[in-house]
Amino acid sequence: MAIRTEPFVLNMGPVHPSTHGVYRMRATLDGEVVVDLEPVIGYLHRGVEKLAEERTYTGVIPLTDRLDYISSMSNNLAYVMAVEKLAGIKVPERAEYLRVIMAELQRICNHLIAVGSFFNDCGAYFTPFLHMYREREKIIDLFEMVSGQRLTYNYMRVGGVSQDIPEEFLPALDRFLAQMPRCIDEYDLFLKENEILLARSKGVGILTREKAINCSITGPVLRATGVKWDLRKADPYSVYDRFEFDIPTGSAGDCYDRYRVRIAEMRQSLRIIEQALKQLPSGPVRVEVPHLVRPPVGEAYAHIESPKGELAFYLVSDNSIAPYRCHIRPTSLLNLSALRDMAIGWKIADLIIIFGSIDICLGEVDR
Amino acid sequence: MVIVNPNVNLGNLPTLSPDWPGGFWWHWLLFTVIIIAVVIVMIMVNVYIARRQVGRMQSRVGPNRTGPFGIFQPLADALKVLLKEGIEPASIDRLIYWLAPVVAVVPVLLIFAVIPFTDGGMLADLNIGILYVVAISSISTVGTFMAGWASNNKFSLISAMRVIAAIVSYEMPVVLSIASVLLLVGSLSMNDIVLAQQDIPFILLQPLGFVIFFIAGLAEISRSPFDLLEADSEIVAGFFTEYSGIKFVLFYLVEYGEAFFFSCLITTLFLGGWRGPALPEWLWFIVKAVLVWFVIVWLWATLPRVRIDQLMALAWKFLLPLALINLIITAIQVLALPEGSWWVMIPVNFAVTAVLILLWSKLFKLGWGRVEV
Repeated sequence: MAIRTEPFVLNMGPVHPSTHGVYRMRATLDGEVVVDLEPVIGYLHRGVEKLAEERTYTGVIPLTDRLDYISSMSNNLAYVMAVEKLAGIKVPERAEYLRVIMAELQRICNHLIAVGSFFNDCGAYFTPFLHMYREREKIIDLFEMVSGQRLTYNYMRVGGVSQDIPEEFLPALDRFLAQMPRCIDEYDLFLKENEILLARSKGVGILTREKAINCSITGPVLRATGVKWDLRKADPYSVYDRFEFDIPTGSAGDCYDRYRVRIAEMRQSLRIIEQALKQLPSGPVRVEVPHLVRPPVGEAYAHIESPKGELAFYLVSDNSIAPYRCHIRPTSLLNLSALRDMAIGWKIADLIIIFGSIDICLGEVDR
Repeated sequence: MVIVNPNVNLGNLPTLSPDWPGGFWWHWLLFTVIIIAVVIVMIMVNVYIARRQVGRMQSRVGPNRTGPFGIFQPLADALKVLLKEGIEPASIDRLIYWLAPVVAVVPVLLIFAVIPFTDGGMLADLNIGILYVVAISSISTVGTFMAGWASNNKFSLISAMRVIAAIVSYEMPVVLSIASVLLLVGSLSMNDIVLAQQDIPFILLQPLGFVIFFIAGLAEISRSPFDLLEADSEIVAGFFTEYSGIKFVLFYLVEYGEAFFFSCLITTLFLGGWRGPALPEWLWFIVKAVLVWFVIVWLWATLPRVRIDQLMALAWKFLLPLALINLIITAIQVLALPEGSWWVMIPVNFAVTAVLILLWSKLFKLGWGRVEV
């Protein structure tokens, strides 16, 4: 006699320790194995795109801070680049360099959280996480020096950055650059070859190259599959064409590769910052832009390689002081699109680390 | 039923005079209270050590505001949780829900009756001491399962299922590695086990047994890296997701009580129990137990968690065969070698341990990864 069974539906989230915010997964389980997965999003929807239509071009910048709040600087950068493209504003050299330095610091900051919380999802009880937060704290101190804020920086402006760096910034940054490679070595020493971590993450949640491209997945998740795609090289924006750096790629496209790619990217970001500091010119950090920017009728699309992947803003102007339409290409949302295929067949514990290895931010998913 | 043999040697412990009214029962009551008090205090000490140690390992300070060096933190925590409202979900199985913490906590306290804190300094020197420990320690699993089932919460249910799977699998390597120690001792009494380690602690004679017991024991008490039943990043708080207030405290007590009992057991079986120079016996015992706890917390702060299939594979493919081989080798050694030939056993057993572990880790893959659905 066959025993009648019924599917076991487990609601993970919106309030769950490992869904990195208010993401919700309706997982159908067979024992511990995930047989189906239905993502439910929208718990953090604030209507940023609509709100942007009610604000001046400059007034939208704080909204972008709150998209992917882990990496506000990158969001700022993508948005102001779109506005500058729309209004045809040329940014001073020094501002470009400062923007690059901030964006790369932000990338390190984001990857520290991504890797740390990935380990946390693997079950390493907060130790790697807090060690990485120790370094993130230093980056946040740097950001606080330039912008006065510790999370939502609101630093970039249309036509430059809000203010020049204070004089204590460069020595602090030098100290950070001297320490950081050792710290990254320390993280590697800590868990890189750990048997349990290898067993947990190697070969888990494999994303094939084709699937990744078809789902328009970008960022470290795409590069872990072996695709050498990085907008900083593929379509250099700002002054990225002046720096030498490599694009780290993985090969298997599993959780372990994603973690390794992020670690390697941190080292590359340090390289970029060092070069940028050497070349940092003096001069103004902002061109004179009218308080209410009134771009000509038209549209502009600007994309950057944010820490999580390709982040883009599409702006349409009707020659008023507010964008007629502001569309955001949310990296996290698109990167999530392959989660179901990656997770099916794996266990709940794997589902958590696959999800963690994608590295999303719900502020950006739900907008 | 005689719980304490009146003739047993109680060592340095103060004993009541025989003409005390009630005699035996007063004695029994007094020592029960003392042991439970010791256990509760030691659990608090362990909580304090764990929090400070994890704090240091995570490059932070840890609690240091309550009393000097924060030593009253566990007390403050306990008070806080005790004063919390006991929230009871609507759809629980009430009787089992209420019974579960009790069923879980009582066996943990019972175990300490046979732990020899000093030479003969135990509530009951049972001649089947270690068997009693193995038997009683499994009961608290029932409490855990009851909690997981009665909570009517899916996370709790998954946790409860994991508990059953893990405990059933890990009981065997634990018992087998204990058995190889018992072959050396020739007695099941806990005190005799310590007495037999007069010349040399069993960790040197039974390195493989120690490793197996330690790993399997970690899974039994569900500490990291085998803390699957309360895997906070996966299934929230596991079986006590729905518990709060004093019932939560009881589960907390079970968790840390089991850990303390495990370190006591390792101390007794492998580290020479209360033996040691200079310091008083009970202090030696506590120091060793705390050292074991230090290692447990160290692992807790360091290692990621294994997956459920890896957990099972480790038990059945790795620990169980090795424990069996270890048992056979020990039996042969006990039969073939004359009494007291430690100098043969130590190098042979260390070599066997190294070879077997290397060989097994090459031969067997942990877990089986993806399942086609």
